[in-house]
Amino acid sequence: MRAMLYLRSLARAARRVSVALIWAPVRAPVRAPVRALVWALIGAPALALLGAMPLHAADQVAVEAVWLEFRQAPRPTLSNLDPVPQDDGLAGARLGLADNAVTGRFLGQDHALTEIIVPAGADPGPAMAQAVRTAPLILVKGTAREILALADLPEAADVLIFNVAAQDVELRLGECRANLVHTAPSRAMLADALAQFLMKKRWSDWMLIAGVHEGDQAYAAAIRAAATKFGARIRTDKIWAFDADMRRSAATETPAFTQGPDVDVIVVADELGDWARYVLYNTWDPRPVVGTEGLSPRGWAPSVEAWGAAQLQGRFRDLAGRAMTEADYGAWAAMRSIGEAATRAKTARAGPVRAYLLSPEFELGGFKGRKMTYRPWNGQLRQPIPLAHPRALAGQAPFEGYLHRVNEMDTLGHDEPEGGCDAFR
Amino acid sequence: MIRLPRLPRRLACRLACPLVRPLAVAALMTLAALPGHAAGKGEIWVTNEKDDTLSVISVDTLEVIRTIPVGERPRGIVFSRDHKQLYVCASDSDAVQVIDPDSGEVLHNLPSGEDPEQFALHPNGRYLYIANEDDAIATVVDIETRSVIAQIPVGIEPEGMAISPDGTIAIVTSETTNMAHWIDVESHEIFANTLVDQRPRDAAFSHDGSQLWVSAEIGGTVTVFDVKTQAEIGKIRFAVKGVHADRVQPVGIRMTKDGARAFIGLGPSNHVAVVNARTFEVEEYILVGRRVWHMEMTPDESLLFTTNGLSGDVTVVDLASLEPIKTIKVGRFPWGAAWRP
Repeated sequence: MRAMLYLRSLARAARRVSVALIWAPVRAPVRAPVRALVWALIGAPALALLGAMPLHAADQVAVEAVWLEFRQAPRPTLSNLDPVPQDDGLAGARLGLADNAVTGRFLGQDHALTEIIVPAGADPGPAMAQAVRTAPLILVKGTAREILALADLPEAADVLIFNVAAQDVELRLGECRANLVHTAPSRAMLADALAQFLMKKRWSDWMLIAGVHEGDQAYAAAIRAAATKFGARIRTDKIWAFDADMRRSAATETPAFTQGPDVDVIVVADELGDWARYVLYNTWDPRPVVGTEGLSPRGWAPSVEAWGAAQLQGRFRDLAGRAMTEADYGAWAAMRSIGEAATRAKTARAGPVRAYLLSPEFELGGFKGRKMTYRPWNGQLRQPIPLAHPRALAGQAPFEGYLHRVNEMDTLGHDEPEGGCDAFR
Repeated sequence: MIRLPRLPRRLACRLACPLVRPLAVAALMTLAALPGHAAGKGEIWVTNEKDDTLSVISVDTLEVIRTIPVGERPRGIVFSRDHKQLYVCASDSDAVQVIDPDSGEVLHNLPSGEDPEQFALHPNGRYLYIANEDDAIATVVDIETRSVIAQIPVGIEPEGMAISPDGTIAIVTSETTNMAHWIDVESHEIFANTLVDQRPRDAAFSHDGSQLWVSAEIGGTVTVFDVKTQAEIGKIRFAVKGVHADRVQPVGIRMTKDGARAFIGLGPSNHVAVVNARTFEVEEYILVGRRVWHMEMTPDESLLFTTNGLSGDVTVVDLASLEPIKTIKVGRFPWGAAWRP
């Protein structure tokens, strides 16, 4: 009896220590395997002794993942109001790790995340090689080129790579890879979400203004494709090529620029958030501005709060001291996908995790009101797309009325019959 | 033998009710003259999450007779065993408020930990088990001494809370960890953890204590566990005609005392499922208001009251016929409901 009481208090102390060790260092960029090791040394044996949890040898999984980030050189914008945080995306991965660790605590599984960050302009080769050596599950944040370079490494044939932030449509089509899945929505999914909203409101005549950068042009291409898909008409299609300081001259320059045939909305494609914010309320006709500014289709937004999202937003803010971005959410969803594979399929190896994610058994509750699953034909995470402005959501796609034979979320982005991805089997 | 077709219930009611109801109401109103002197079938108390109020519905008249201001974001609501005190989780006020139901006065707060969402009262009437949504903790509070006697680390975003009828086991569900945690009431220790589908919300023991039912909102299922072994003995899936499967989101669970039936609130599908609690088959779906979550039955199990968050009303279902008979407007986002005599 005394031995039982002693063991119980030992387990309680161990749990307290391990909880402190798990939660506290999450704020610091410390190699997480250290705390997983401490947990494994102190916590797990104590609990095993007590027999408090039904532990089976098969349940004890060690989950190793890598965060690989290719930093980009910052691009100048007119406004300094919204700097991109240094840990954009990484903080989301850390929250996902912390969430997984709580589940792992009850199941005797340890989770670890190694962080590898490549400064802008540095040679990505060594970091990629190190990532592939470290763990079989890699969360990557970078451009499409960098992601494909990683996926095409011969050593990467046996790893599973999660694209947490890149929205390039080609990665889901012609440039898909068997070892690459996507938690970030593609530009096609975002554009389709916006188009569904606009068409549901019968705002079918659009003006499209796109910036000159590669991302802006890709966004505009997705908007054009969505207009075709959902039957909207782009009456005016322009490039924003001003280099004047819009902070001072928006009121004089923009109205004349936005004259044209009558439209219902003005769609802007300005991924850096450089000039489009000055279009609002400066248009010739009074029209809503939508796209990358104004009402915006996003994978995640600070104004998402239903289905318990306020809890996720709060926990993220407690951890990172700022609002959760799209990249953070993509990284969180990737970590939680790994967590679900560890919990339910009892595996952390790349092949079985991939098979589980693509199976009908997998589902992820992502605080957007519907269960999220992976498309088996290209590894894209199906997800609702909120239509957000800074203070609230105007809606969430897929909208009621857009039907689909299999899954309504497949009305967003490229559907299976469209083909395009052969490598993903 | 020739049988004349019976008038459909609604048509019959429409013909007869305009005459009958005012007379009945007048008769009953003279009986239930003062608030707190509910002679009759009792009252249903509803928390209005976004109005920071309680709506009190008379079961006799099926009308709101009082509206009482309470703390911020009231959700869980439970009466003491003798119904002389009311406990309300005022989540954004980080408090469990103790309210005198007759006067509507907030008497004092109980220490609850941060962001209490839902709670369960132990059969001894003294211990309150509270789920602290933001802190991954369950807090156990002694109502008499008004002190915290234990805090138990559980999974992320705990919400559902249930105590076994014999008072030996407490269950907490964690929404993001997707588990039901089984806690030994004596030692305050978790002795088992069972996985459920995505986003578990509510947990309920059968009245004989042999089964535990857990709803998974996003997973769309209700899992039934055998209490002795913690093994899964059934999983109930739902299909509401004309409603996409993703919008069928089980939340609240209420079971009849004879163990024959369970009622499950199915969220944005706007229906309540009637489940045969022995075979786990869904027998029927009852259309109620928008986004139905939690429910309360009258003790004689003749009426079921459902809280419909999005439409801001309560639907009254007659359990003999399984037909909704009335919709009662309450405050914004009604969440929980509790009955008192």
